[in-house]
Amino acid sequence: MPKINLAVYWTAACGGCDVAILDTQEKILQVGELANIVLWPLATDGKYADLDKFKSGDIDVCLFHGSIRLSEQEAMARLLREKSKVLIAFGACAAFGGIPGLANFHRREEIFHRAYHETPSTSNPNGIIPETQVRVPEGTLTLPEFYDQVYSLDQIVPVDYYLPGCPPPVHLIEAAIDAIATGELPPKGSVIAGDKSLCHECPREKQEKKVQGFKRPHEVMVDPNRCLLEQGIICNGPSTRSGCGARCTTVNMPCRGCFGPAPEVLDPGAKLVSSTASIMDANDEASVAEMIGTVVDPAGLFYRFGLPSSMLQKKRQGGKVS
Amino acid sequence: MNTNFEPKIVGILCNWCSYTGADLAGISRIKYPANIKIVRVMCTGRVDPTFVLKAFQQGADGVLVSGCHPGDCHYVDGNVKAMRRAPLVTELLKQMGIEEERFKLVWVSASEGEKFAKIVEDMVSDLKKLGPLVPVGGAVKHA
Repeated sequence: MPKINLAVYWTAACGGCDVAILDTQEKILQVGELANIVLWPLATDGKYADLDKFKSGDIDVCLFHGSIRLSEQEAMARLLREKSKVLIAFGACAAFGGIPGLANFHRREEIFHRAYHETPSTSNPNGIIPETQVRVPEGTLTLPEFYDQVYSLDQIVPVDYYLPGCPPPVHLIEAAIDAIATGELPPKGSVIAGDKSLCHECPREKQEKKVQGFKRPHEVMVDPNRCLLEQGIICNGPSTRSGCGARCTTVNMPCRGCFGPAPEVLDPGAKLVSSTASIMDANDEASVAEMIGTVVDPAGLFYRFGLPSSMLQKKRQGGKVS
Repeated sequence: MNTNFEPKIVGILCNWCSYTGADLAGISRIKYPANIKIVRVMCTGRVDPTFVLKAFQQGADGVLVSGCHPGDCHYVDGNVKAMRRAPLVTELLKQMGIEEERFKLVWVSASEGEKFAKIVEDMVSDLKKLGPLVPVGGAVKHA
Protein backbone atom coordinates (compact mmCIF):
# COMPACT_ATOMS: atom_id res chain seq x y z
CA MET A 1 0.00 0.00 0.00
CA PRO A 2 1.48 3.39 -0.94
CA LYS A 3 2.05 5.83 1.88
CA ILE A 4 -0.52 8.55 2.35
CA ASN A 5 0.38 12.23 2.69
CA LEU A 6 -0.45 13.53 6.16
CA ALA A 7 -0.45 17.15 7.27
CA VAL A 8 -0.79 18.34 10.86
CA TYR A 9 -1.31 22.05 11.38
CA TRP A 10 -2.22 24.38 14.23
CA THR A 11 -3.73 27.83 14.42
CA ALA A 12 -5.18 29.40 17.60
CA ALA A 13 -4.44 26.52 19.97
CA CYS A 14 -2.12 25.65 22.82
CA GLY A 15 -0.24 22.78 21.19
CA GLY A 16 -1.78 20.17 23.48
CA CYS A 17 -3.29 18.44 20.46
CA ASP A 18 0.17 17.91 18.98
CA VAL A 19 1.27 16.42 22.28
CA ALA A 20 -1.81 14.18 22.25
CA ILE A 21 -0.71 12.77 18.89
CA LEU A 22 2.71 12.00 20.39
CA ASP A 23 0.94 10.43 23.39
CA THR A 24 -0.11 7.56 21.14
CA GLN A 25 3.43 6.31 21.94
CA GLU A 26 4.33 3.27 19.83
CA LYS A 27 1.29 3.87 17.66
CA ILE A 28 3.12 6.93 16.32
CA LEU A 29 5.46 4.46 14.55
CA GLN A 30 2.46 3.15 12.68
CA VAL A 31 1.78 6.71 11.58
CA GLY A 32 5.32 6.85 10.24
CA GLU A 33 4.80 3.60 8.32
CA LEU A 34 1.43 4.70 7.06
CA ALA A 35 2.14 8.25 6.07
CA ASN A 36 4.60 10.77 4.74
CA ILE A 37 4.36 13.68 7.10
CA VAL A 38 4.31 16.58 4.68
CA LEU A 39 3.64 19.33 7.23
CA TRP A 40 3.78 19.35 11.00
CA PRO A 41 5.19 22.62 12.38
CA LEU A 42 5.66 21.22 15.88
CA ALA A 43 7.68 18.17 14.84
CA THR A 44 9.19 18.86 11.42
CA ASP A 45 10.58 21.78 9.49
CA GLY A 46 8.15 23.08 6.93
CA LYS A 47 7.52 26.34 5.14
CA TYR A 48 4.54 27.83 3.35
CA ALA A 49 6.44 27.34 0.08
CA ASP A 50 6.59 23.56 0.63
CA LEU A 51 2.84 23.49 0.80
CA ASP A 52 2.47 25.46 -2.44
CA LYS A 53 4.22 22.60 -4.28
CA PHE A 54 1.27 20.30 -3.63
CA LYS A 55 -1.54 20.17 -6.12
CA SER A 56 -5.11 20.39 -4.99
CA GLY A 57 -6.08 17.14 -3.24
CA ASP A 58 -2.48 15.92 -2.96
CA ILE A 59 -2.63 15.73 0.83
CA ASP A 60 -4.72 12.73 1.85
CA VAL A 61 -5.48 13.68 5.45
CA CYS A 62 -5.03 16.94 7.33
CA LEU A 63 -5.37 17.06 11.11
CA PHE A 64 -6.17 20.70 11.83
CA HIS A 65 -6.13 22.03 15.38
CA GLY A 66 -6.96 25.49 16.56
CA SER A 67 -9.65 28.08 16.01
CA ILE A 68 -9.42 30.97 13.56
CA ARG A 69 -8.73 34.51 14.74
CA LEU A 70 -6.15 35.90 12.28
CA SER A 71 -6.24 36.42 8.53
CA GLU A 72 -3.13 34.25 8.23
CA GLN A 73 -4.95 31.42 10.02
CA GLU A 74 -7.89 31.78 7.67
CA ALA A 75 -5.58 31.69 4.65
CA MET A 76 -3.91 28.51 5.95
CA ALA A 77 -7.29 26.90 6.61
CA ARG A 78 -8.35 27.65 3.04
CA LEU A 79 -5.05 26.46 1.59
CA LEU A 80 -5.09 23.20 3.56
CA ARG A 81 -8.75 22.64 2.65
CA GLU A 82 -7.87 22.98 -1.01
CA LYS A 83 -4.85 20.67 -0.82
CA SER A 84 -6.47 17.99 1.38
CA LYS A 85 -8.84 15.20 0.49
CA VAL A 86 -9.92 14.79 4.11
CA LEU A 87 -9.86 17.68 6.58
CA ILE A 88 -10.33 16.71 10.23
CA ALA A 89 -11.16 19.34 12.86
CA PHE A 90 -8.91 17.95 15.55
CA GLY A 91 -9.61 19.03 19.12
CA ALA A 92 -12.16 21.35 20.67
CA CYS A 93 -10.68 24.59 19.26
CA ALA A 94 -10.99 23.57 15.62
CA ALA A 95 -14.28 21.78 16.20
CA PHE A 96 -16.15 24.36 18.34
CA GLY A 97 -13.87 27.34 18.97
CA GLY A 98 -12.40 25.99 22.20
CA ILE A 99 -10.80 28.00 24.97
CA PRO A 100 -9.57 30.77 22.59
CA GLY A 101 -13.24 31.18 21.66
CA LEU A 102 -13.97 32.60 25.12
CA ALA A 103 -12.46 35.81 23.74
CA ASN A 104 -15.83 36.28 22.01
CA PHE A 105 -17.04 37.74 25.32
CA HIS A 106 -14.99 40.82 24.39
CA ARG A 107 -14.60 43.01 21.33
CA ARG A 108 -11.32 43.35 19.53
CA GLU A 109 -10.83 46.90 20.87
CA GLU A 110 -11.33 45.70 24.45
CA ILE A 111 -8.79 42.92 23.96
CA PHE A 112 -6.23 45.30 22.46
CA HIS A 113 -6.81 47.83 25.21
CA ARG A 114 -6.29 45.18 27.87
CA ALA A 115 -3.29 43.56 26.21
CA TYR A 116 -1.40 46.67 25.07
CA HIS A 117 -2.36 49.25 27.71
CA GLU A 118 -3.79 47.78 30.90
CA THR A 119 -1.92 44.66 31.93
CA PRO A 120 0.56 45.33 34.77
CA SER A 121 3.41 43.83 32.75
CA THR A 122 2.85 46.19 29.82
CA SER A 123 5.10 49.19 29.32
CA ASN A 124 3.85 51.01 26.26
CA PRO A 125 4.41 54.76 26.78
CA ASN A 126 3.75 55.59 23.13
CA GLY A 127 0.48 53.66 23.12
CA ILE A 128 1.46 51.52 20.14
CA ILE A 129 -0.94 48.82 19.05
CA PRO A 130 -0.30 46.35 16.23
CA GLU A 131 -1.33 47.45 12.75
CA THR A 132 -1.60 45.27 9.68
CA GLN A 133 0.86 47.57 7.88
CA VAL A 134 3.68 49.72 9.18
CA ARG A 135 5.95 51.86 7.03
CA VAL A 136 9.58 51.88 8.12
CA PRO A 137 12.54 53.40 6.25
CA GLU A 138 13.35 49.99 4.77
CA GLY A 139 9.87 49.44 3.41
CA THR A 140 6.48 48.20 4.61
CA LEU A 141 6.11 45.61 7.35
CA THR A 142 2.92 43.59 7.58
CA LEU A 143 1.11 41.58 10.22
CA PRO A 144 -1.98 39.39 9.85
CA GLU A 145 -5.32 41.05 10.60
CA PHE A 146 -6.83 40.32 14.02
CA TYR A 147 -10.53 39.59 13.41
CA ASP A 148 -13.31 40.90 15.61
CA GLN A 149 -14.28 37.39 16.68
CA VAL A 150 -12.99 33.84 16.92
CA TYR A 151 -14.35 31.24 14.49
CA SER A 152 -14.43 27.47 14.59
CA LEU A 153 -12.84 25.78 11.56
CA ASP A 154 -16.16 24.80 9.99
CA GLN A 155 -17.29 28.44 10.03
CA ILE A 156 -14.44 29.13 7.59
CA VAL A 157 -14.17 26.02 5.40
CA PRO A 158 -16.14 22.75 5.10
CA VAL A 159 -14.86 20.08 7.48
CA ASP A 160 -15.06 16.31 6.82
CA TYR A 161 -14.72 14.89 10.35
CA TYR A 162 -14.59 16.12 13.90
CA LEU A 163 -12.33 14.61 16.53
CA PRO A 164 -13.32 16.49 19.70
CA GLY A 165 -11.67 16.79 23.08
CA CYS A 166 -9.20 19.03 24.84
CA PRO A 167 -7.09 17.29 23.76
CA PRO A 168 -8.66 14.32 21.93
CA PRO A 169 -7.98 11.17 23.97
CA VAL A 170 -5.46 8.65 22.71
CA HIS A 171 -8.00 5.85 22.13
CA LEU A 172 -9.96 8.04 19.69
CA ILE A 173 -6.81 9.21 17.90
CA GLU A 174 -5.86 5.52 17.52
CA ALA A 175 -9.34 4.73 16.23
CA ALA A 176 -8.96 7.52 13.67
CA ILE A 177 -5.51 6.27 12.61
CA ASP A 178 -6.91 2.75 12.20
CA ALA A 179 -9.83 4.05 10.17
CA ILE A 180 -7.46 5.95 7.88
CA ALA A 181 -5.14 2.92 7.58
CA THR A 182 -7.93 0.54 6.63
CA GLY A 183 -9.82 3.10 4.58
CA GLU A 184 -12.96 2.39 6.60
CA LEU A 185 -13.97 5.98 7.22
CA PRO A 186 -17.38 6.86 8.67
CA PRO A 187 -19.82 9.05 6.69
CA LYS A 188 -18.65 12.62 6.11
CA GLY A 189 -19.56 15.04 8.86
CA SER A 190 -19.26 12.38 11.57
CA VAL A 191 -17.97 13.19 14.99
CA ILE A 192 -15.43 10.54 15.95
CA ALA A 193 -16.70 10.03 19.53
CA GLY A 194 -19.76 8.65 21.32
CA ASP A 195 -23.34 9.36 20.34
CA LYS A 196 -24.92 9.80 23.76
CA SER A 197 -24.39 12.25 26.59
CA LEU A 198 -21.49 11.92 28.99
CA CYS A 199 -23.84 10.79 31.82
CA HIS A 200 -24.31 7.49 29.95
CA GLU A 201 -20.68 6.55 30.40
CA CYS A 202 -20.00 8.31 33.71
CA PRO A 203 -19.68 5.58 36.39
CA ARG A 204 -20.99 7.75 39.25
CA GLU A 205 -24.11 6.63 41.04
CA LYS A 206 -27.16 8.68 40.08
CA GLN A 207 -30.08 9.04 42.48
CA GLU A 208 -32.60 11.77 43.23
CA LYS A 209 -31.31 15.20 42.26
CA LYS A 210 -32.32 18.06 44.53
CA VAL A 211 -29.82 20.63 45.67
CA GLN A 212 -29.96 23.62 48.00
CA GLY A 213 -27.27 25.62 46.21
CA PHE A 214 -24.27 25.31 43.94
CA LYS A 215 -20.63 25.01 44.89
CA ARG A 216 -17.42 25.12 42.90
CA PRO A 217 -15.24 21.98 42.96
CA HIS A 218 -12.60 23.49 45.26
CA GLU A 219 -15.19 24.43 47.89
CA VAL A 220 -16.27 20.89 48.81
CA MET A 221 -14.85 17.49 49.62
CA VAL A 222 -16.21 15.50 46.71
CA ASP A 223 -17.89 12.15 47.32
CA PRO A 224 -16.09 9.94 44.76
CA ASN A 225 -19.08 7.73 44.02
CA ARG A 226 -22.09 9.99 43.77
CA CYS A 227 -23.21 12.12 40.79
CA LEU A 228 -21.52 15.52 41.00
CA LEU A 229 -24.75 17.37 40.25
CA GLU A 230 -26.34 15.73 43.29
CA GLN A 231 -23.49 17.21 45.34
CA GLY A 232 -24.30 20.69 44.04
CA ILE A 233 -21.35 20.84 41.66
CA ILE A 234 -22.37 22.02 38.22
CA CYS A 235 -21.31 19.42 35.67
CA ASN A 236 -21.68 19.88 31.91
CA GLY A 237 -22.11 16.13 31.44
CA PRO A 238 -25.85 16.15 30.62
CA SER A 239 -25.37 18.16 27.42
CA THR A 240 -21.89 16.95 26.44
CA ARG A 241 -21.07 14.22 23.95
CA SER A 242 -19.73 10.96 25.34
CA GLY A 243 -16.64 9.15 24.15
CA CYS A 244 -13.91 10.51 26.42
CA GLY A 245 -14.31 7.70 28.96
CA ALA A 246 -15.43 10.17 31.65
CA ARG A 247 -11.81 11.05 32.28
CA CYS A 248 -12.66 14.12 34.38
CA THR A 249 -15.62 12.89 36.40
CA THR A 250 -13.76 9.71 37.41
CA VAL A 251 -11.14 11.91 39.12
CA ASN A 252 -13.69 14.11 40.94
CA MET A 253 -13.65 16.95 38.43
CA PRO A 254 -16.90 18.01 36.78
CA CYS A 255 -17.25 17.81 33.00
CA ARG A 256 -16.62 21.12 31.22
CA GLY A 257 -17.81 20.05 27.81
CA CYS A 258 -14.66 19.68 25.67
CA PHE A 259 -16.40 17.01 23.57
CA GLY A 260 -18.93 19.58 22.42
CA PRO A 261 -22.69 19.30 22.43
CA ALA A 262 -24.29 15.84 22.48
CA PRO A 263 -26.21 14.89 19.32
CA GLU A 264 -29.52 16.80 19.03
CA VAL A 265 -28.27 19.56 21.35
CA LEU A 266 -28.47 22.83 19.41
CA ASP A 267 -27.04 25.02 22.11
CA PRO A 268 -25.20 23.58 25.13
CA GLY A 269 -25.79 26.75 27.19
CA ALA A 270 -29.56 26.50 26.83
CA LYS A 271 -29.55 22.82 27.74
CA LEU A 272 -27.32 23.40 30.75
CA VAL A 273 -29.59 26.18 31.97
CA SER A 274 -32.36 23.59 31.92
CA SER A 275 -30.44 20.82 33.60
CA THR A 276 -29.01 23.12 36.26
CA ALA A 277 -32.37 24.74 37.00
CA SER A 278 -34.18 21.40 37.11
CA ILE A 279 -32.23 20.13 40.12
CA MET A 280 -32.78 23.21 42.30
CA ASP A 281 -34.88 22.59 45.35
CA ALA A 282 -36.61 25.97 45.15
CA ASN A 283 -40.28 26.66 44.68
CA ASP A 284 -40.63 30.42 44.94
CA GLU A 285 -39.00 33.35 43.19
CA ALA A 286 -36.94 34.49 46.19
CA SER A 287 -35.29 31.13 46.82
CA VAL A 288 -34.73 30.62 43.09
CA ALA A 289 -32.97 33.98 42.88
CA GLU A 290 -30.83 33.14 45.90
CA MET A 291 -29.78 29.81 44.40
CA ILE A 292 -29.06 31.26 40.94
CA GLY A 293 -26.74 33.71 42.73
CA THR A 294 -24.47 30.78 43.57
CA VAL A 295 -23.93 29.97 39.88
CA VAL A 296 -20.69 31.79 39.07
CA ASP A 297 -20.22 32.98 35.48
CA PRO A 298 -22.91 30.81 33.84
CA ALA A 299 -22.10 31.70 30.22
CA GLY A 300 -18.38 31.13 30.70
CA LEU A 301 -19.13 27.83 32.40
CA PHE A 302 -21.70 26.49 29.93
CA TYR A 303 -19.86 27.65 26.79
CA ARG A 304 -16.37 26.85 28.10
CA PHE A 305 -15.27 25.09 24.89
CA GLY A 306 -17.82 26.23 22.36
CA LEU A 307 -18.76 29.90 22.48
CA PRO A 308 -18.06 30.60 18.76
CA SER A 309 -20.23 27.67 17.65
CA SER A 310 -23.08 28.44 20.08
CA MET A 311 -26.32 30.02 18.87
CA LEU A 312 -25.38 33.55 19.89
CA GLN A 313 -21.66 33.09 19.04
CA LYS A 314 -20.38 36.21 20.78
CA LYS A 315 -21.36 39.03 23.04
CA ARG A 316 -23.61 41.59 21.35
CA GLN A 317 -21.75 44.83 21.09
CA GLY A 318 -23.53 47.15 23.45
CA GLY A 319 -26.84 45.63 22.44
CA LYS A 320 -27.88 49.11 21.30
CA VAL A 321 -28.44 50.68 17.93
CA SER A 322 -25.22 50.46 15.98
CA MET B 1 -32.14 56.84 17.42
CA ASN B 2 -34.52 55.58 14.79
CA THR B 3 -37.94 56.76 16.01
CA ASN B 4 -39.78 54.44 13.60
CA PHE B 5 -38.31 51.37 15.20
CA GLU B 6 -40.96 48.70 15.84
CA PRO B 7 -39.56 45.94 18.05
CA LYS B 8 -40.27 42.33 17.17
CA ILE B 9 -41.35 40.35 20.21
CA VAL B 10 -41.79 36.58 20.27
CA GLY B 11 -44.47 35.65 22.81
CA ILE B 12 -44.48 32.08 24.09
CA LEU B 13 -47.75 31.56 25.98
CA CYS B 14 -49.17 28.57 27.80
CA ASN B 15 -52.35 27.07 26.45
CA TRP B 16 -54.35 27.08 29.67
CA CYS B 17 -53.95 30.58 31.14
CA SER B 18 -51.94 33.09 29.14
CA TYR B 19 -53.04 32.16 25.63
CA THR B 20 -56.63 32.39 26.84
CA GLY B 21 -55.76 35.66 28.58
CA ALA B 22 -54.38 37.06 25.32
CA ASP B 23 -57.50 35.80 23.58
CA LEU B 24 -59.62 37.60 26.17
CA ALA B 25 -57.72 40.82 25.44
CA GLY B 26 -58.69 40.30 21.82
CA ILE B 27 -62.38 39.50 22.29
CA SER B 28 -62.66 42.36 24.79
CA ARG B 29 -61.29 44.62 22.01
CA ILE B 30 -58.50 45.93 24.25
CA LYS B 31 -55.96 47.73 22.11
CA TYR B 32 -52.32 46.78 22.48
CA PRO B 33 -49.31 47.00 20.14
CA ALA B 34 -49.17 44.47 17.32
CA ASN B 35 -45.43 43.91 17.87
CA ILE B 36 -45.90 40.54 19.55
CA LYS B 37 -46.06 37.31 17.56
CA ILE B 38 -47.57 34.62 19.73
CA VAL B 39 -46.57 30.96 19.84
CA ARG B 40 -48.82 28.68 21.89
CA VAL B 41 -47.28 25.89 23.96
CA MET B 42 -49.05 23.56 26.33
CA CYS B 43 -47.14 24.80 29.38
CA THR B 44 -44.28 27.17 30.22
CA GLY B 45 -42.56 24.06 31.60
CA ARG B 46 -42.24 23.05 27.94
CA VAL B 47 -40.25 26.18 27.07
CA ASP B 48 -36.73 25.00 26.45
CA PRO B 49 -34.24 27.91 26.83
CA THR B 50 -33.11 26.90 23.32
CA PHE B 51 -36.37 28.48 22.04
CA VAL B 52 -35.46 31.79 23.66
CA LEU B 53 -31.91 31.79 22.30
CA LYS B 54 -33.14 30.78 18.87
CA ALA B 55 -35.62 33.67 18.81
CA PHE B 56 -32.80 36.12 19.58
CA GLN B 57 -30.50 34.43 17.08
CA GLN B 58 -33.11 34.83 14.37
CA GLY B 59 -33.76 38.50 14.96
CA ALA B 60 -36.25 38.95 17.82
CA ASP B 61 -35.76 42.14 19.84
CA GLY B 62 -37.51 40.64 22.85
CA VAL B 63 -38.97 37.36 24.11
CA LEU B 64 -41.97 37.19 26.44
CA VAL B 65 -42.81 33.91 28.15
CA SER B 66 -46.11 33.84 30.00
CA GLY B 67 -47.80 31.15 32.04
CA CYS B 68 -50.33 30.46 34.79
CA HIS B 69 -49.79 32.00 38.20
CA PRO B 70 -47.73 29.77 40.51
CA GLY B 71 -50.13 27.28 42.08
CA ASP B 72 -52.55 27.44 39.14
CA CYS B 73 -50.57 25.34 36.64
CA HIS B 74 -52.72 22.89 34.72
CA TYR B 75 -49.90 20.39 35.16
CA VAL B 76 -49.39 21.25 38.85
CA ASP B 77 -45.83 22.66 38.68
CA GLY B 78 -44.79 23.19 35.05
CA ASN B 79 -44.62 26.93 35.64
CA VAL B 80 -42.35 26.38 38.66
CA LYS B 81 -39.90 24.72 36.27
CA ALA B 82 -40.03 27.81 34.06
CA MET B 83 -39.59 29.99 37.16
CA ARG B 84 -36.36 28.14 38.04
CA ARG B 85 -34.94 28.51 34.54
CA ALA B 86 -35.84 32.11 33.80
CA PRO B 87 -33.32 33.94 36.05
CA LEU B 88 -30.51 31.73 34.78
CA VAL B 89 -31.56 32.49 31.18
CA THR B 90 -31.50 36.21 32.07
CA GLU B 91 -27.98 35.88 33.53
CA LEU B 92 -26.75 33.99 30.47
CA LEU B 93 -28.28 36.57 28.12
CA LYS B 94 -26.76 39.45 30.06
CA GLN B 95 -23.32 37.92 29.66
CA MET B 96 -24.02 37.64 25.94
CA GLY B 97 -24.78 41.36 25.82
CA ILE B 98 -28.58 40.99 25.70
CA GLU B 99 -30.21 43.33 28.23
CA GLU B 100 -32.51 41.87 30.87
CA GLU B 101 -35.49 43.92 29.60
CA ARG B 102 -35.43 41.83 26.44
CA PHE B 103 -36.45 38.59 28.16
CA LYS B 104 -39.40 38.37 30.50
CA LEU B 105 -41.28 35.63 32.31
CA VAL B 106 -44.70 36.77 33.53
CA TRP B 107 -47.86 35.22 34.94
CA VAL B 108 -51.18 35.97 33.22
CA SER B 109 -54.36 34.08 34.04
CA ALA B 110 -57.22 33.43 31.61
CA SER B 111 -59.17 36.34 33.12
CA GLU B 112 -56.34 38.89 32.90
CA GLY B 113 -56.76 40.21 29.36
CA GLU B 114 -56.12 43.75 30.49
CA LYS B 115 -52.98 42.76 32.36
CA PHE B 116 -51.67 40.99 29.25
CA ALA B 117 -52.27 44.07 27.09
CA LYS B 118 -50.47 46.24 29.65
CA ILE B 119 -47.47 43.87 29.81
CA VAL B 120 -47.09 43.93 26.02
CA GLU B 121 -47.49 47.71 25.94
CA ASP B 122 -44.81 48.19 28.62
CA MET B 123 -42.43 45.76 26.96
CA VAL B 124 -42.79 47.47 23.58
CA SER B 125 -42.07 50.84 25.16
CA ASP B 126 -39.01 49.44 27.02
CA LEU B 127 -37.69 47.89 23.82
CA LYS B 128 -38.22 51.09 21.85
CA LYS B 129 -36.00 52.83 24.39
CA LEU B 130 -33.35 50.11 24.04
CA GLY B 131 -33.47 50.04 20.26
CA PRO B 132 -33.05 47.06 17.97
CA LEU B 133 -30.86 44.16 19.00
CA VAL B 134 -27.76 44.22 16.83
CA PRO B 135 -27.76 41.06 14.73
CA VAL B 136 -25.07 38.56 15.59
CA GLY B 137 -23.12 39.57 12.48
CA GLY B 138 -20.50 37.46 10.74
CA ALA B 139 -22.50 34.44 11.93
CA VAL B 140 -20.65 32.29 9.47
CA LYS B 141 -17.74 34.14 7.99
CA HIS B 142 -17.56 32.21 4.75
CA ALA B 143 -19.15 28.81 4.65
